[in-house]
Amino acid sequence: MSHHDEPQTASGGGPALSPELQALIAEQVRLQVAGELKRLGLDPARPKRVALIASKGTLDMAYPPLILATTAAAMDMEAAIFFTFYGLEIVKKSKSAHLKVPPLANPAMPVPMPNIIGVLPGMTRMASWMMQDWMKKGGVPTIPDLLDMAKENGVRLIACQMSLDVLGIKKEDLLDGLEFAGAGAFLDFAADADITLFV
Amino acid sequence: MTKYTPQRTLDCRGDVCPMPLLKTKKAMAELASGEILEIVGTDPGSKNDLPAWANRTGNLYLGDEEEGSVFHFFLQKK
Repeated sequence: MSHHDEPQTASGGGPALSPELQALIAEQVRLQVAGELKRLGLDPARPKRVALIASKGTLDMAYPPLILATTAAAMDMEAAIFFTFYGLEIVKKSKSAHLKVPPLANPAMPVPMPNIIGVLPGMTRMASWMMQDWMKKGGVPTIPDLLDMAKENGVRLIACQMSLDVLGIKKEDLLDGLEFAGAGAFLDFAADADITLFV
Repeated sequence: MTKYTPQRTLDCRGDVCPMPLLKTKKAMAELASGEILEIVGTDPGSKNDLPAWANRTGNLYLGDEEEGSVFHFFLQKK
């Protein structure tokens, strides 16, 4: 924001205010306007904000929120991911590095697998292994790597407290560095977000 | 030969989204204002991502040079 102009003399023919008083009034007006703009979410100095919801626990659906959040942080934006329901799998100590992608009813698999084959035992494991292999060959970071980078870059990782309770997940089952909150806290963050996505 | 004289070169060959941006942010943080970073990479997506990054972070995207399948990107710190 540019510097404000010199305070104008009071109009209306009344006695002119002293320069000190004018400066004081101008400063007060400036502070109040800035405060009001900020309250309205119009602070031009405020960084852009990205609020993401991760609701799926499969390998393919773990990537988009993590890639977007880490990229947002790299672009000087504020980012938070709210992990809810199956999305909590992404931040479970035991699952984070072993997420799976189901071949069943998934016609988008690069190697198409008929559903009748997809139901066989071991097929989900095989499809997951294949996807991890493509990602590795493509130079894409793993999910645990992305989570580490998210934390390093200040992305807030918020676990949905209600999902924890409903699914019987304990806090110690989850990775370190998480916050625990509900819809209210997420919406408070998202209310001032410029980008909000549900994955 | 290149028309820019970078103070630092960052190797992003083999990296794909989101790595080039994350590495760029880290490298740029260590440069002084006005210094130039060269990013050597193979990700064609970076041709759009790095100008967007520069625009968003207030740094200057100077341009890129192609050498077969290898790209050289030049950024100047604000």
